[in-house]
Amino acid sequence: MRGATQARWAACAVAVALTATGCGGGDSGGGGAGGIVSSSWGDPQNPLEPANTNEVQGGKVLDMVFRGLVRYDPKTGEAQNEIAEKIDSKDSQNFTVTIKDNWTFSNGEKITSKSFVDAWNYGAALKNNQKNAYFFQYIDGYDAVHPESGSATADTLSGLKVVNDTTFTVKLSQKFSLWPDTLGYAAFVPLPKVFYTDHDAWLSKPIGNGPYTIDQYAKGSSMNLRKWDGYPGADKAQNGGIDLKVYTDNNTAYTDLTAGNLDLVDDVPASQLKNVKADLGDRYINTPAGIIQTLAFPFYEKAWDTPGAVKVRQGLSMAINREQITNQIFQKTRTPASDWTSPVLGAEGGFKKGLCGSACEYDKAEAKKLIQEGGGIPGGQLKISYNADTGSHKEWVDAVCNSINNVMGNNKACVGGPVGTFADFRSQVSTQKLTGAWRAGWQMDYPLIQNFLQPLYYTNAPSNDGKWSDTKFDDLVDKANAESDKATAVSTFQDAEKVLVEQMPVIPLWYQNGSAGYSDRVENVSLNPFSVPVYDQIKVK
Amino acid sequence: MGRYVIRRLLQMIPVFFGTTLLIFLMVNVMGDPIAGLCGDRQCDPATAAQLRTEFGLDKPVWQQYLTYMGNIFTGDFGTAFNGQKVTELMATAFPITIRLTVVAIVFEIVIGISLGVVTGLRRGRPVDTVVLILTLVVIAVPTFVTGLLLQLLLGVEWGIIKPSVSSEAPVDELIVPGLVLASVSLAYVTRLTRTSIAENARADYVRTAVAKGLPRRRVVVRHLLRNSLIPVVTFIGTDVGALMGGAIVTERIFNIHGVGYQLYQGILRQNSQTVVGFVTVLVLVFLAANLIVDLLYAVLDPRIRYA
Repeated sequence: MRGATQARWAACAVAVALTATGCGGGDSGGGGAGGIVSSSWGDPQNPLEPANTNEVQGGKVLDMVFRGLVRYDPKTGEAQNEIAEKIDSKDSQNFTVTIKDNWTFSNGEKITSKSFVDAWNYGAALKNNQKNAYFFQYIDGYDAVHPESGSATADTLSGLKVVNDTTFTVKLSQKFSLWPDTLGYAAFVPLPKVFYTDHDAWLSKPIGNGPYTIDQYAKGSSMNLRKWDGYPGADKAQNGGIDLKVYTDNNTAYTDLTAGNLDLVDDVPASQLKNVKADLGDRYINTPAGIIQTLAFPFYEKAWDTPGAVKVRQGLSMAINREQITNQIFQKTRTPASDWTSPVLGAEGGFKKGLCGSACEYDKAEAKKLIQEGGGIPGGQLKISYNADTGSHKEWVDAVCNSINNVMGNNKACVGGPVGTFADFRSQVSTQKLTGAWRAGWQMDYPLIQNFLQPLYYTNAPSNDGKWSDTKFDDLVDKANAESDKATAVSTFQDAEKVLVEQMPVIPLWYQNGSAGYSDRVENVSLNPFSVPVYDQIKVK
Repeated sequence: MGRYVIRRLLQMIPVFFGTTLLIFLMVNVMGDPIAGLCGDRQCDPATAAQLRTEFGLDKPVWQQYLTYMGNIFTGDFGTAFNGQKVTELMATAFPITIRLTVVAIVFEIVIGISLGVVTGLRRGRPVDTVVLILTLVVIAVPTFVTGLLLQLLLGVEWGIIKPSVSSEAPVDELIVPGLVLASVSLAYVTRLTRTSIAENARADYVRTAVAKGLPRRRVVVRHLLRNSLIPVVTFIGTDVGALMGGAIVTERIFNIHGVGYQLYQGILRQNSQTVVGFVTVLVLVFLAANLIVDLLYAVLDPRIRYA
């Protein structure tokens, strides 16, 4: 009998434990007390160093913890001086930066010109493995600290000179009138001394100069940011803090939001777009972001680099029914593209609706005619490669192919080419392994028309994966960079963009919107042009 | 017995090396992981080369494998791409997954075996039929459907649980995910126990026990159940490893940052250090669980001897 009694005891104990503790926890508290906002987050891919963070998730945190010389207005995207008092130049090549002297880091250390110069030197140096090192490429001496191969011959950028505590000078290796406008990017923020002296400690709890300080950071699962009362800037936090919570799946985050467990989701999953209006009403945000998606072609393949192929590419562009795909597959979270930039730039910044003209408009008859005049699709079939692991690339690639097949009256004219992982896809793209087209996308680093053109289409530019090259385009970009007047620079860039209409090196597909949803606990939620929530402006009711 | 254990332990060595080598090769054929680190742009070649050296990716695969294995024996599992030590990742992920697995196993044992005994003793009666149909339904419905459904009903509609598990993942939050994770195995345990009990119920020793006038409870628990548990224990033992490694779906749905989540991240980012490290530990868990199962046979049925 003894054994049986014990077994029963164990069973009872388990049952009691289950009913006592289990299925509890139904308290519907949102982000916690004290005006704290809880928000979804993804695990940053790289260590959280400013010059080493190149994706949205890490960038989000840097945006809360750091402020640089310049800050992009969260609404208009316009570059405005933040720590910089003024950035002057007479020749678009030599700049003098003066900083305000009331700024400190949250640990009390004063921000001087050295805080910037040291941080930039650290970011540029090859030995530090910083993935955003190329942001410093325009500064004189970059080749010596970060040579393309071999080892560095200098430790610091020769173009950077500290004049005094509030002034430093920058010499660029070429004329670049819009350069001050690039300084709002996270790679250009100042760093405190402790970053160099106790790097590991800094990484486990970064110290910056922004409106928030990091209270707790559990890598891979959560980060608690709290308002920094001593913040010297004008854009003080309007809430007590932000709790970021890593979600394994954005569907779960969305479920948590609808259950009242979370205040903010900044990435509404595609599968929920149909319900989002009913679930959230006007607490759903869908605003343009600085992201454009395109189809790229391999110009290292002879067949695609012929005069005839130009017509084929223009024909393919006209064969894609952008309107229908953005409406049906993306539920209007994307807008058909009619140039190669993004609406967030605004007309003044260089966005020009319809610049692409009829080449980006759906026209079945003309499309087929052009493709046939150009000698047909090289190889007889267009294969569009994409990574199948994240995003809903399969759906739209299939839709694009459908559209092309319809026009050609041949259901083998275009097929999708899935690649298992993003890393594999990128490695095939960057090592010129693909022989057909592939999905390409560009998320801007800073709201400048230059950023949408030069890194992508300039000869041998770092993201010119298709190896397209055109002297006319290159010359216009050089000319635009040398213009000291901003308006003239922008219109010269648009002239360069017109070369893209003639040559169609990549087919613009659509501009991507940022989408977010929030709970009825919070208000004043918006997304900036980088599709990151403007956390410091969120108010808790 | 001792010699048997030693022989089994020795057999584990080639299995261990074989599986880790296979995983290592699989992760490596997937392509260049560094390419994915820079997002939709190309890493600048100098930084990429530097990173490759840092992660040892510039050496031939066999050399990488040897270095890796050498490091493992000193407890160094390498570094993930986000700069965290893989051992650190393990220290946070494994306790959570072990907790989840324990919850699931407890469900399997308590609910699965009880249902199995009840139905086995009442073969053909309405209870038996009802439970059989239920288990069939559970086996037929995929885990992610059960998971999402329970999450929607209990979490969003009725507000009984939180739809997602917090990062500390205490046991009470793991009850529903544990039940979801256990569901399919639970159905199998029920069916296995039922069949085994039904078969043994007519065995001579049970009839003898009844004839001796032993109380029914003692007959069922000590004589019938103990002998019927051998196939069930085998199943549960192998299930330990399967649950730990195969919790990816459940962990994703309920936002549990356990082994499944880390493995998924590691595969997406092609981080061989994370993937191989976690799989290595899982292989060890699998091997240990199998050994324990084999040793348990003798406890359950003294007629089984090891040589």
